[in-house]
Amino acid sequence: MATFEPTLLARIGKPDSQSLETYRKDGGYEGFKKALGMAPVDVINLVKDSGLRGRGGAGFPTGLKWTFLPKDHQGPIYLAINGDESEPATFNNRILMEMDPHQVLEGIAISCHAIRSNKAYIYLRYEYGRSYRALKKAIEECYAAGLFGKNIHGTGFDLDVVLHRGAAAYICGEETGLIESLEGKRAWPRIKPPFPAIEGLFRKPTIVNNIETMACVKQILDRGAEWFKSMGVPPDPNNPRDAGSYGPKLYCISGHINKPGCYELPMGVTSRQLIEEQGGGVWKGRKVKAVVPGGISMGFMTADELDLPLDFNGPGKAGCLGLGTAAVTVIDDQTSMVDVLFNCARFFAHESCGQCTPCREGTAWMHKILTRIRMGEGQIRDLDLLTEVASSMGIIPGTTICGLSDGAAWPIKNAIKKFRGEFEDYINSGLKTVKSAEALMAVH
Amino acid sequence: MGVLSEELRNQIRALFPNYPNKRAVVLPALHLVQDAERHVSIEAVREIAELLELRPAEVHDTMTFYQFFKDEKHKLGKHRVWVCRSISCMLRGGEELLQHMCEKLHVHPGETSADGKVTMEFAECLGACDGAPCILVDDEAHMNITPEKADELLKSL
Repeated sequence: MATFEPTLLARIGKPDSQSLETYRKDGGYEGFKKALGMAPVDVINLVKDSGLRGRGGAGFPTGLKWTFLPKDHQGPIYLAINGDESEPATFNNRILMEMDPHQVLEGIAISCHAIRSNKAYIYLRYEYGRSYRALKKAIEECYAAGLFGKNIHGTGFDLDVVLHRGAAAYICGEETGLIESLEGKRAWPRIKPPFPAIEGLFRKPTIVNNIETMACVKQILDRGAEWFKSMGVPPDPNNPRDAGSYGPKLYCISGHINKPGCYELPMGVTSRQLIEEQGGGVWKGRKVKAVVPGGISMGFMTADELDLPLDFNGPGKAGCLGLGTAAVTVIDDQTSMVDVLFNCARFFAHESCGQCTPCREGTAWMHKILTRIRMGEGQIRDLDLLTEVASSMGIIPGTTICGLSDGAAWPIKNAIKKFRGEFEDYINSGLKTVKSAEALMAVH
Repeated sequence: MGVLSEELRNQIRALFPNYPNKRAVVLPALHLVQDAERHVSIEAVREIAELLELRPAEVHDTMTFYQFFKDEKHKLGKHRVWVCRSISCMLRGGEELLQHMCEKLHVHPGETSADGKVTMEFAECLGACDGAPCILVDDEAHMNITPEKADELLKSL
């Protein structure tokens, strides 16, 4: 740990870190140049060899995803970059886009060459105004410098990058919801298959990748697959589905912590290390009650589970959905888990796209039951009812089109199981923790 | 001459080369119109549809999916202020901040102050959790907001 040097965040905080000039002084776009001198398949193999898994939340191996594109397709092939980042507590992509946009753009350019795409769309959530302005300027600089456009470096490779702003909807982060939204429609996820690699944006083969993944691709071109694979956690021999967790990772810490922020560490760091070594401990000298490992759809880890590694495999051992976005939210021991769970349920009820009945009805129902409990009108049987509703939402494969319902159900099941006593005490005491502010927000 | 100015129409047309079809310009067009007019009227929907060679219902369908876009009954004020109510902000007083700002402006979330300056809204995670509680003024994030800082911000608008 002591020898670890950040790479993804190496330029953050430097003066003028957003400009092309300083980026090039730091060796920027040399990786892209190197990639252009390689056959696309060799770039794909390099990324495959690095063990890079997508940083957006699902953790699918990036190089493998790229190989799903049809061979010898006459094009167009699209690269759609997911800059929607709306999972509560997640902000790692924002830091990269705002502070080092060229690192992201270089990764995009390299990836386009690898997958033989001449057009990349960056789907950026509207709320990220600073990211929008930084990326817009950086893209203009690239066109002016001949890094984007026609016949780049005389290689015959053309590349256009379009920045596209969303309109504040969580579901646009789901890859096919993103595609639909980019096409000018409501962001209703598509039934798969066909997967986007076969039929995606504008019904053409499309790869959807995350912003941080793009920064990793750039670093892999510069430093090699071995460098990337030298960090992290190898596959768990007891889990045949674990592909290992390699490379540096951006961990966001927020909530009841002294020093919230985005920290780069090798995959496999524990929540305890993050809280104590990076986050400066829990605020007000309090103790941890629970930790969300990577966005609220992942569920909760208790204070006894802080030593589990935060790799792709770790949070699952604590009954969480997975690593998610590695956005660690710290909840102190003075906080009611009933209030926290209500917050999660309200979010998903608001953000369900409404297309599938189990999700639309289930999220609304869970929100209502938790509202009732917080009004002091809950009954013990409500806890079983919540668990029952959560269990019938998308955990059964094929009942919903996308993973939102699963993400909405997981924290409910997980919290009631792990903190049942607290929920029972709350109900039995007739306590009421609804804040006056909520009357204002009653209409969701 | 419709409700969309020729300048707006040209801004929308300038986006066509970015996409293989005009339908993909629906969101960017709605943004351009709402930024200029502070809402998107039914007439504007019709005119966008005509420009993009779509049916008005197709544009309206997309527009209404995103609560971000406002019709003539819910016109935005000069500025749009969002207070984040998501987990990290909630843990650090985001909901109380929303309450404070609404009381200050005598509005409920979604409403515009009487002087037409500020539309107050709540947000589902602004992605600025390292500065919780945070607010967004138009599309610029402001972090670590106390009620006092919020008052100053409102005054400066």
